[in-house]
Amino acid sequence: MRQRSPHRTGWTLVLPLLVFTLVTFLAPIGFMLWKSVYDPEVAGLLGQTRQALAKWQTSTGLPGPEGFDALSRDLRDLTGDGRVSQLALRLNRERSGMRQLIEVTADAIAEYDRPLLEIDPRWGDPDTWVLLKRMTQPLTARYFLSAVDLQQTPQGSIVRQDESRRIYVYLFGRTILVASVVTAVCIILGYPFAYALATARPRMQRLLFFIVMLPFWTSLLVRTTAWIVLLQRRGVLNEILVAMNIVSERSRLELIYNLSGTLIVMTHVLLPFFVLPLYAVMKGIPKQYVRAGKSLGAGPVRVFLRIYLPMTLPGVLAGAALVFILSLGYYVTPALVGGRTGQLISNQIAFHVQTSLNWGLAAALGSILLVIVVVLTMLLSRVTQRGVL
Amino acid sequence: MLNAAVKNRPPSGATFEHAVVLQNVVKSYDGTTQVVKGVDLSVRSGEFLTILGPSGSGKTSLLMMLAGFEQPSDGAIIIGGRDVSRQPAHKRNIGMVFQQYALFPHLTVAQNLAFPLEMRRMGRREIDDRVGWALNLVKLEGLGARRPAQLSGGQQQRIAVARALIFEPQLVLMDEPLGALDKQLRQQMQDEIARLHHELRPTIIYVTHDQGEAISLSDRVAVFEGGKISQIDPPTALYNAPRNDFVAGFIGENNRIPARIISHGPPSRLAVSGRAIVSALSVDIAPTETHACIMIRPERLRRVAHLCQLPNTIDVVVSEVSYHGDSYRLRASLDDGIDVITRIPNDGTQSIPDIGESILLGWSTEDARAFAGGVSATIR
Ligand SMILES: Nc1ncnc2c1ncn2[C@@H]1O[C@H](COP(=O)(O)OP(=O)(O)OP(=O)(O)O)[C@@H](O)[C@H]1O
Ligand SMILES: [Mg+2]
Repeated sequence: MRQRSPHRTGWTLVLPLLVFTLVTFLAPIGFMLWKSVYDPEVAGLLGQTRQALAKWQTSTGLPGPEGFDALSRDLRDLTGDGRVSQLALRLNRERSGMRQLIEVTADAIAEYDRPLLEIDPRWGDPDTWVLLKRMTQPLTARYFLSAVDLQQTPQGSIVRQDESRRIYVYLFGRTILVASVVTAVCIILGYPFAYALATARPRMQRLLFFIVMLPFWTSLLVRTTAWIVLLQRRGVLNEILVAMNIVSERSRLELIYNLSGTLIVMTHVLLPFFVLPLYAVMKGIPKQYVRAGKSLGAGPVRVFLRIYLPMTLPGVLAGAALVFILSLGYYVTPALVGGRTGQLISNQIAFHVQTSLNWGLAAALGSILLVIVVVLTMLLSRVTQRGVL
Repeated sequence: MLNAAVKNRPPSGATFEHAVVLQNVVKSYDGTTQVVKGVDLSVRSGEFLTILGPSGSGKTSLLMMLAGFEQPSDGAIIIGGRDVSRQPAHKRNIGMVFQQYALFPHLTVAQNLAFPLEMRRMGRREIDDRVGWALNLVKLEGLGARRPAQLSGGQQQRIAVARALIFEPQLVLMDEPLGALDKQLRQQMQDEIARLHHELRPTIIYVTHDQGEAISLSDRVAVFEGGKISQIDPPTALYNAPRNDFVAGFIGENNRIPARIISHGPPSRLAVSGRAIVSALSVDIAPTETHACIMIRPERLRRVAHLCQLPNTIDVVVSEVSYHGDSYRLRASLDDGIDVITRIPNDGTQSIPDIGESILLGWSTEDARAFAGGVSATIR
């Protein structure tokens, strides 16, 4: 009998998981990526205008009369079933004033069928037409541009967003900063803890495990409530500090509903993700190595710096990467305890998905986040594979 | 340099030429059971001493105390004339070879070798010279840039040995260093360690439960039993003149024949299997009519044709014959069911008996030793 090639068997075994991943993970991500650059909404509404404007060179001033005709026909066709306001809203997102222009124009066409230029002088401005031409092209970079606070001028050059609308770069910065701080605090708190965990006697070890796993076992709401009870202005922590005269009654600490709330609670929730991989690595290091180091003449400090620390570094990196990447995508905790200053980029993504329904922008923001994570992961695996550690 | 160690000179007559002196060293991990029960030991400078004993006899515990990883519960450890009992491991200047090599995986071979030298703040130039010298010593020149994981088990072991020797420690400890190697490699590494000891003459304390290793490597062997030294002697003395039946049974193959003491010698007379009266050198004195056990090496138990050929003979029935190339190995039973082993050289001078055949086995009196107390339960 012919043996099946081990290659084929391997593929057969991973196939179910592969399909599952494809359907539930890769496909949505692909969809998101597509959504961030493909926006057929206006093209669908203004089909004739799109065709008419296709040959028009924007540098030649206004489009020819066929452009004006096509738009009039499109607007007339749209009148009556709410699609005018859909179009008006969509264009208004790109430039304020467009909503009013479209609605007035559509009304006027429906009632008197007058030429566009007589309805509103803005139709004589080439910029209006440039916007239309751009919006009727389904493939677009504008979501990515807005996601990094840029916009395209009517003349086609790319400039920064108006100052009042620049928020995303700042939020990305804040998110990365929060992730870095949370990761750093996890390393500082988690390393000694993991060491204690790895070297404790069994009874002590069970207790320490319980402590570190506690955030996993309590429900999100209970945990959050507990943090509120502890950290709020009249909460346990502040009461103790006031009672001990460490802070005065009037200068109670603002620990929650701001950036520090986000930092404290995220650190708490993510600490196990740092401790557990590090614990596994530490557990796998036999006593022999430390002993060998001592017998070769290294005191406790040098044994730690030259032997133990480098040997545990892969665990530190793995844990830190996990915490950092999870932090980048955190959104429930900031939403609950972050107040206004503790919001992260994911909260904006959620806002655009759920409230403003600007899926294209949400997708572009998400894609940028994804790219950051992928680049980080690749860097990390490069570092570990090269045997730097 | 007179210090406490000299004043506390042990009764055994240890002096400065002793690199290591242990005085009544006791170890108990839990405060109740003693794992090491009062060991006195002196190791000469440049000596290769092996601690040989069955599993759990406390060999590693003793070594850990020497290295400074465990504190003795009682007694003193004197190395190089100084009491180091309370000195931390990294100040003791002792090289150690671990069973699992314990080469640092994140450092290259050369960095591993350089580590103890760096800890001693040696200059870069000298470190490089020494590392080259050490690689040359273990015949692994050119492998300095590799990581330990890229070496074979035998190569790793050599580097581990080189690392323990490179800083010229006053004492080298090896805890079953060949335990992780396969049999052929073990022989090779054994020769290697012997060569290194011959060339450099470090003081080595070597722990093993392999008697072959102990006998072929050591100047002296300390046989450990239940946390105590049972006998400490050069290998030949250990083999030829074991001081008790534990040592006799532990070193090499030995026949043990239960007997009853009839009279004390020299030589003693004993009754075997109720009938035969034989003689043997007795090691310890026990009352007559009590039980004893006669130990005879298989190669000293010979097949004889007549009763008068050797002074002591017994009747046995052959139960098993196996061929070993240069010899045949016979298992035979006395009539009360006790088995003995003998070897017949395959030199064509003797015929080989069949299974079930009755033969006579005999020995010279000086080849047999009688120990009081019969067959002890600690062996087999
Ligand atoms: N750290 C420890 N804590 C408690 N008991 C220990 C410890 N180390 C060893 N023991 C006990 O001490 C006894 C002697 O152990 P040790 O390791 O010294 O024996 P050994 O002669 O080296 O045996 P082996 O040949 O199996 O290595 C054993 O009963 C063991 O269970
Ligand atoms: Mg041991």
